Amino acid sequence: MPDTPFVIAGRTFTSRLIVGTGKYSSHAVMAQAHAASGADMVTVAVRRVNISDRTKESLLDYIDTSKFFLLPNTAGCYSADEAIRTARLGREAGLSNWVKLEVIGDERTLFPDNEELIVATRTLVKEGFVVLPYTNDDPVVCRKLEDAGAAAVMPLGAPIGSGLGIQNVNNIRIIREFARVPLIVDAGVGTASDAALAMELGADGVLMNTAIAGARDAVAMAEAMKLAVRAGRLAYSAGRIPRKAYATASSPVEGLVGR
Amino acid sequence: MVITLNGERFELDQPVSVVELLSRLDIDPRRVAVEHNLTIIKRHTFSDVIVAEGDTVEIVNFVGGG
Repeated sequence: MPDTPFVIAGRTFTSRLIVGTGKYSSHAVMAQAHAASGADMVTVAVRRVNISDRTKESLLDYIDTSKFFLLPNTAGCYSADEAIRTARLGREAGLSNWVKLEVIGDERTLFPDNEELIVATRTLVKEGFVVLPYTNDDPVVCRKLEDAGAAAVMPLGAPIGSGLGIQNVNNIRIIREFARVPLIVDAGVGTASDAALAMELGADGVLMNTAIAGARDAVAMAEAMKLAVRAGRLAYSAGRIPRKAYATASSPVEGLVGR
Repeated sequence: MVITLNGERFELDQPVSVVELLSRLDIDPRRVAVEHNLTIIKRHTFSDVIVAEGDTVEIVNFVGGG
């Protein structure tokens, strides 16, 4: 069954899986995992160049930008102003106006600061950015982000890097119902079934980093995630059966031997 | 003369253009973004913008992230 195209702000992606570039054991393993994931969009962080040690190899030596679309993030920013400044620098470094907008409100949970996030979204949209905000799994906040001009909404499944899976399935379902822009579940995925569940709930895509990079075999996990996202999407499109409390026999009840 | 480069004190013998500064630091100008006194410098103007005494320069690039 052919899938509908995955389009964000007029740009079509072949994969509904978006992967990160952080925390891999090496750049070489990252490149292999990226290939195995089938993703065509990868996130990157914007940081100061190491001035004193220029020997370190560059991340971009390991990302073929003709195959992978770079999505700079504003990870680690704790205010709208910081995030806006980082987004502008990311645009200049990458020459694209796309940003995964993160405004963090708490260090331990890395939960977003919704108020600052909405302010930053509004400002960056006015500056011509395609803004993909990382947000709480809150349908009202997602609606406000959409109203502020976000090109997609990216609610968390669970805290960043936690691997807990989707904690509030019903909220993701409600966000799906509300959202008029692409819905991408971002953060919290631990294993393939979490990614499949996100897609079964109707997410348009899933974004993950640690679940792949931190797996014992990152390349194998990348492939597992590729298959899970496809399977989940297909199951969503296929339309699952309703849940029932009691059994319904699959085999005929007539013609039983000896009755 | 002294500038603040990526938050650290950095010495230069004389004012230099951004492109010259990057070349001295062995940084590929195509892969970074530069902020000069809080203003982002467009890449095509790297050779026109001069870094002088007391200036603040930020040079950023892409690193791994999620």
